[in-house]
Amino acid sequence: MKVDIFIPCFVDQLYPETAFNMVKVLEKAGCDVNYNKDQTCCGQPAFNAGFWEESKAVCSKFLKDFKEAEYIVAPSASCVGFVRNYYSKLFDNSSDHNNVIKIAEKTFEFSEFLVKVLGMDKFGAMLEGKATYHDSCAGLRECKIKEEPRRLLGNVKGLEILEMDDVETCCGFGGTFSVKFESISVAMADQKVSHALATGAKYLISTDLSCLMHLDGYIKNKGYNLQTLHIADVLANGW
Amino acid sequence: MTETAESFKAKSTIKSDDREHRRKINFNINKYNAVVPVAKHQFSELMVARERAKNAKWRAIETLDQQLEEFERQFTKRGGKVIWAETAEQALEAVEKICKEKNCKTLVKSKSMVTEEIHLNQFLEKQGIESVETDLGEYIQQLDGEAPYHIVTPAMHKSKEDVAKLFAEKLGTPSDLTPEQLTLVARVKLREKFIQAEVGVTGANFIISDIGAIAITENEGNARLSCAFPKTHIAIVGIEKVIPTLGDLGLFWPLLATYGTGQKVTVYNTIVTGPRQEGETDGPEDMYVIFLDNGRTNLLNNPKTREALYCIRCGACLNACPVYKNIGGHTYETTYSGPIGSVITPHLKEMDDYKHLSNASSLCGNCTEVCPVRINLHELLLENRHEAVEFGMATYGERIAWKAWKTGSLNRKMMNLGNGKLKNWMINKVFSAWTAHRGKLNFSNKTFNEMWDERNGKG
Ligand code: SF4
Repeated sequence: MKVDIFIPCFVDQLYPETAFNMVKVLEKAGCDVNYNKDQTCCGQPAFNAGFWEESKAVCSKFLKDFKEAEYIVAPSASCVGFVRNYYSKLFDNSSDHNNVIKIAEKTFEFSEFLVKVLGMDKFGAMLEGKATYHDSCAGLRECKIKEEPRRLLGNVKGLEILEMDDVETCCGFGGTFSVKFESISVAMADQKVSHALATGAKYLISTDLSCLMHLDGYIKNKGYNLQTLHIADVLANGW
Repeated sequence: MTETAESFKAKSTIKSDDREHRRKINFNINKYNAVVPVAKHQFSELMVARERAKNAKWRAIETLDQQLEEFERQFTKRGGKVIWAETAEQALEAVEKICKEKNCKTLVKSKSMVTEEIHLNQFLEKQGIESVETDLGEYIQQLDGEAPYHIVTPAMHKSKEDVAKLFAEKLGTPSDLTPEQLTLVARVKLREKFIQAEVGVTGANFIISDIGAIAITENEGNARLSCAFPKTHIAIVGIEKVIPTLGDLGLFWPLLATYGTGQKVTVYNTIVTGPRQEGETDGPEDMYVIFLDNGRTNLLNNPKTREALYCIRCGACLNACPVYKNIGGHTYETTYSGPIGSVITPHLKEMDDYKHLSNASSLCGNCTEVCPVRINLHELLLENRHEAVEFGMATYGERIAWKAWKTGSLNRKMMNLGNGKLKNWMINKVFSAWTAHRGKLNFSNKTFNEMWDERNGKG
């Protein structure tokens, strides 16, 4: 199966190793991974800031870059949710409208693609210790992902998954919100991290590096003993 | 930054660091969280009920003029009087005029956010009229000289100890009374006022247009007394409160109770059709309904944000909002706080003064998830952000930054420019707010894009 990967802008810049881990797992699953080197960003940052015109220009590029793709898989529910649910808002009444619907149908978040499309949930991964899984808001509410990552993590040898309190509450990242309203954002991180620590977990795992980047920043600042990991990093570990 | 935005930022910084505040709010909201899911069981098809409710509100709002006129026709037939107020001032003038006519010295009122919106109590005080809040939560807030903290639970931020202390201070009661004893104190005080009052003021939860009546929902019975005991009853209502038919209450009463307070149905539900009719033994001699616009038609005019008028003020989105739970109701400095407040206030008032509220959200979408009438609250926040930019309210710096972002994002080569060190230095400098309480960001020396060919043997 031919799969085009979309590597979100900040993953491209900050977390290339996670992207390579996603590729490693997809290849093990038998996918023929294609990476269009022209790609940049899904357009969400400007959209969320209210700059829809600037956003639309970048979304148009995304549509063009992925026009030929059979499947588009990304290690980010946030970008996937945006492509699925908001492109139609931007391209309403435009000649791109049908293209937008098609793109939305073939774009998947990594863990949901593995479980729902490929029907696979075991990759021989190993990680020793207790972990807790953080539902990203985009994963949970924009993409309706809940069981898939838990199923995948449940099959990782040595890993014990413990649910934290208020698991569906936002971690406080929210893009520019995290700098514009730093104090609220950090207070939310504080509650999320406290709940995670209370489980006794050593690892905090999620589908979204944006949440993890924010939480990890807070954890490092406090010097807590809790390591953040993207689900692709976990699934690619130990083999 | 506008003054309102600066004040919001300062207050939210203080509140989000206030652990005691956080504890009280979570304690009170968790009480709702425990019962709301139970009340939901009364619906066999909850989503269908919510969709139908949204549909009924859609119909009501799309034909708002006709609905309100139909109400007026029916209501005036029974001797009720309708007053149309475009602004808060007009509504206040109307109340003043009635109070003068009735020689009113004491006025009792039930809980109503609309009367908060027009600052009725302060206005009446200046006229030398005593206005007494009769809802327990509102009574507590009035004693404390504070605005309501939450649209459904006005004193949500006070513990029972706080209330006992307040009563001791203001009313001279012992400082260790239990909630039951405190309620009895308020009850005795308020009964007196009900008997004295010449005028009763209420809001309304629904305007039922086909029969020309208002419906009031409450748990204490004080609203019922406020509208039936004094000789004159004035109901002040936002024009968006319309539901088309009496039958719609079968849907809206349980929805409001479930999502607002986790009850199957609220304790007292009253339908008021007008003043006392011939042969009836009780009820007011005169009844007025004041329809308040006060900016609501701005929302109506805008097809994108119009659905915010479907709100039934259940408060569920406030309880679900992590931002609200961290900063509390007063930080917003608006009548309506939480997600719905952030959505409507820029339209009811000035966009420029309140647009920051639409940005003060992580867009987690939980508000949209819980809204009984399925208002797309977080998308409306995005809509507001967009409108603010369209109206030219973004700063010069922001406009330049997003232009640069666009240029960079359309050009793959630019995204590979500069090594990790340079990017680290730049980003951590520009976003100093990031690093105040968070570790530094660490850019990779090469982008994934640059590494792809190397790893695939093509580099
Ligand atoms: S917007 Fe929805 S959830 Fe919020 S108060 Fe109104 S009806 Fe309730």
